Amino acid sequence: MATTARLSHADVEEFGRELDRIRDEILASLGKKDAQYIRGVIAAQRKLELGGRVLLFASWLPPAWVAGTAALATAKILENMEIGHNVLHGQWDWMRDPKIHSTTWESDIVSPSAQWKHSHNVVHHTWTNVLGKDRDLGYTLLRVSPGQRWHPVYLLQPIYNVLLALVFEYGIALYDLEVERIPAGDKSLKETSTQLRAIAGKVRRQIVKDYLAFPLLAGPGFVPVLLANLTANLTRNVWAHTIIFCGHFPEGAEVFTEEQLEGETRGEWYVRQLLGSCNIDGGRLLHLMSGNLSHQIEHHLFPDMPSNRYAEIAPRIRALCERFGLSYTSGSLARQTGSVYKRILRLAFPGPRQHAEPAAPPAPDLQAVI
Amino acid sequence: MGAGPIDGWDRAVDVLVAEASHGRFWAASGAAVESAVLGGLVGAVRWLTTPLFPEDYLSLVNPLWCGRELRGRIEAIHAETADAATLVIRPGRGWIPHKPGQWVRIGVDIEGARHWRTYSLSGPPGRPDGCITITVKAVPDGLVSRHLVRQAAPGTIVELAGPDGSFVLPEPPPRRLLFLTAGSGITPVRAMLHGLLTPAAARGGAKPRVADVVLLHSAPTSADVIFGAELRALTARFPNLRLYERHTRTEGRLRPGDLPDLCPDWAERTAWVCGPAGMLQEAEEHWAGSLDRLHVEHFRPVLPRAGGEGGRVRFTKSGRETDAEGGTPLLIAGEDAGVLMPSGCRMGICHSCVGRLTSGQVRDLRTGQIHGEAGDLVQTCVSAAVGPVEIEL
Ligand SMILES: Cc1cc2nc3c(=O)[nH]c(=O)nc-3n(C[C@H](O)[C@H](O)[C@H](O)COP(=O)(O)OP(=O)(O)OC[C@H]3O[C@@H](n4cnc5c(N)ncnc54)[C@H](O)[C@@H]3O)c2cc1C
Ligand code: FES
Repeated sequence: MATTARLSHADVEEFGRELDRIRDEILASLGKKDAQYIRGVIAAQRKLELGGRVLLFASWLPPAWVAGTAALATAKILENMEIGHNVLHGQWDWMRDPKIHSTTWESDIVSPSAQWKHSHNVVHHTWTNVLGKDRDLGYTLLRVSPGQRWHPVYLLQPIYNVLLALVFEYGIALYDLEVERIPAGDKSLKETSTQLRAIAGKVRRQIVKDYLAFPLLAGPGFVPVLLANLTANLTRNVWAHTIIFCGHFPEGAEVFTEEQLEGETRGEWYVRQLLGSCNIDGGRLLHLMSGNLSHQIEHHLFPDMPSNRYAEIAPRIRALCERFGLSYTSGSLARQTGSVYKRILRLAFPGPRQHAEPAAPPAPDLQAVI
Repeated sequence: MGAGPIDGWDRAVDVLVAEASHGRFWAASGAAVESAVLGGLVGAVRWLTTPLFPEDYLSLVNPLWCGRELRGRIEAIHAETADAATLVIRPGRGWIPHKPGQWVRIGVDIEGARHWRTYSLSGPPGRPDGCITITVKAVPDGLVSRHLVRQAAPGTIVELAGPDGSFVLPEPPPRRLLFLTAGSGITPVRAMLHGLLTPAAARGGAKPRVADVVLLHSAPTSADVIFGAELRALTARFPNLRLYERHTRTEGRLRPGDLPDLCPDWAERTAWVCGPAGMLQEAEEHWAGSLDRLHVEHFRPVLPRAGGEGGRVRFTKSGRETDAEGGTPLLIAGEDAGVLMPSGCRMGICHSCVGRLTSGQVRDLRTGQIHGEAGDLVQTCVSAAVGPVEIEL
């Protein structure tokens, strides 16, 4: 757990100013190399996808099936994580290229971009790890913090979490609908049905493409191609689920209450983003394939900074945290994943006792900061 | 950071990314793919490429195969003077032939970010190689003009839009014409001259298309005259073209008062004028009584006015906000904030940049006038915020 209790108000603001300086410095240095990077990743992703689909025309040969499926899965992961997620954050808007812009991009997931941008960029990134506000926190289905009141249905969460992982993109799309706001009258049925239609449109296109058009084109290879596409989509779903859960739910990630946020300053906002996020250690392949969400901390501090720069600033952020005595949580993919599953398993059951009262601030050490 | 087996993959990733950023292999794989896919099949193919478009994959093969957006490739760059160069650009599919005198908008990536500027097409339409040309003069501190003249290299892909503009000759052209130009203002006129003179020559020197053309052009020195050698050669070849060069460094600026001496029948000619703002203003005053005989082309906004309060600007469609100064056009403020702002001439003549005002007021930078009601369409390139502003862009 973090040791922020001794951080004075002045320190928090100084921490914020240091981060602002890093942000300004990086954004001012964006240039040709960054543009080449994202264009390169996009081109590589498209070639990988084309290559995978072409290989699958020979999918009755097992090696071709395996290679084609792997290429397609990799392409879909790159598209969702390093490209789609980051483009939709506006990380590349500075290039003013309408082809790589947050207002024009559609990702290869069933959530329409506009809906995803609202629930992810606005709700989740503003209310990171705030109980009752951050709808990413457990995606409303799971109990991921002792601060959430226990219910017998959570006994099943270790099982349905696995199911959620498999159909993750559908889970996200439905969760973007925020159906729980309808009964209270916060959201009209009309708005919901418009959104549903948009989702249905994307679902239909994905299903036709992956489970009808390409299999049909393969003629006798219909079944292997269909299975390959299904495998690629499932792999992408499980991977995205893993990376995203590792970002906020391992041991060490803190949660906050709404009261703690009252009058939050920029410095305090930064501290909350830091304490609510966890990094994954790894090499460049891991960073690329996770859409640099392995640098979840850097991403939450600077959501619209181009992702290729996170690795560069990570050591500076870590040093800054050391200087201010703030914890900087990171661990290997295996460790973080294990930690997440342990937590989901533990919290399927009531308790732990000290946090049983839902209104109690689950991270008292932050009280000193706020 | 981590070590172990993963590091071995890092190089593979490097290679993958590096290779992809070169982008132009398979470049010559032929027009067969192009026509097969683009001919009516697009709708069907779209089902295979969703959420992308077929062209997003096709442009991996050839960046010019980009259906919804017009692009061009810089094929060659020729120096014209010490600070001006002609760019030969091959437009992709979808280019509509221009009329001599019109301009094109060109989007250039500089340090990763796209910048749009307007340039007159400096040649007549229908070049045998299918290319178009623009001729750019590097202005001091000019971001795009200096880049195009000094840094750009053949092979570069640029975005295109156009052609457009009403600085063109009527059909049929008048019998007697006067062109008054200075500096890079010769560019649209050069395109017109070719249209006027060369077809006559092509018809075997029969009756000339125009009785006579007078061109009065100003430049600091003889060496600074863009297309100098060519203009002189044309004059020698066509007796119906008269060229007067004014070398302003030694002879001073050309004034409207000089006109009667240089071209006694100026009042009977239809005039096309293109050059610095001061010269255009003088011309408009000089032709005040017969403005129907005067055509002008501005290359930069007339007298941009600074001042005013500025304010917080919210771009409602893209959800961006920024603080804009009172002298900064909303167009620039939006672009700097990463909003995809439509734009054209960037000087208040083409209306490609309009956005609907939802609240607040703006100052017209040309006149200083403050205006705006919710629902108004305002030209962002010549409007600055007066207090908080919301605009639907
Ligand atoms: C219809 C039209 C046709 C044009 N045709 C041509 C053409 O054929 N050839 C050509 O070279 N340019 C032409 N221009 C001008 C061109 O669009 C750019 O404005 C010019 O190249 C400067 O851009 P920049 O990015 O280099 O300068 P910026 O970085 O935008 O400006 C830098 C500085 O230069 C000043 N400045 C801006 N424009 C000019 C200018 N035209 N002359 C002198 N100073 C300027 C600015 O006030 C600023 O102080 C045309 C403009 C229009 C509207
Ligand atoms: S860009 Fe032409 S009027 Fe604004």
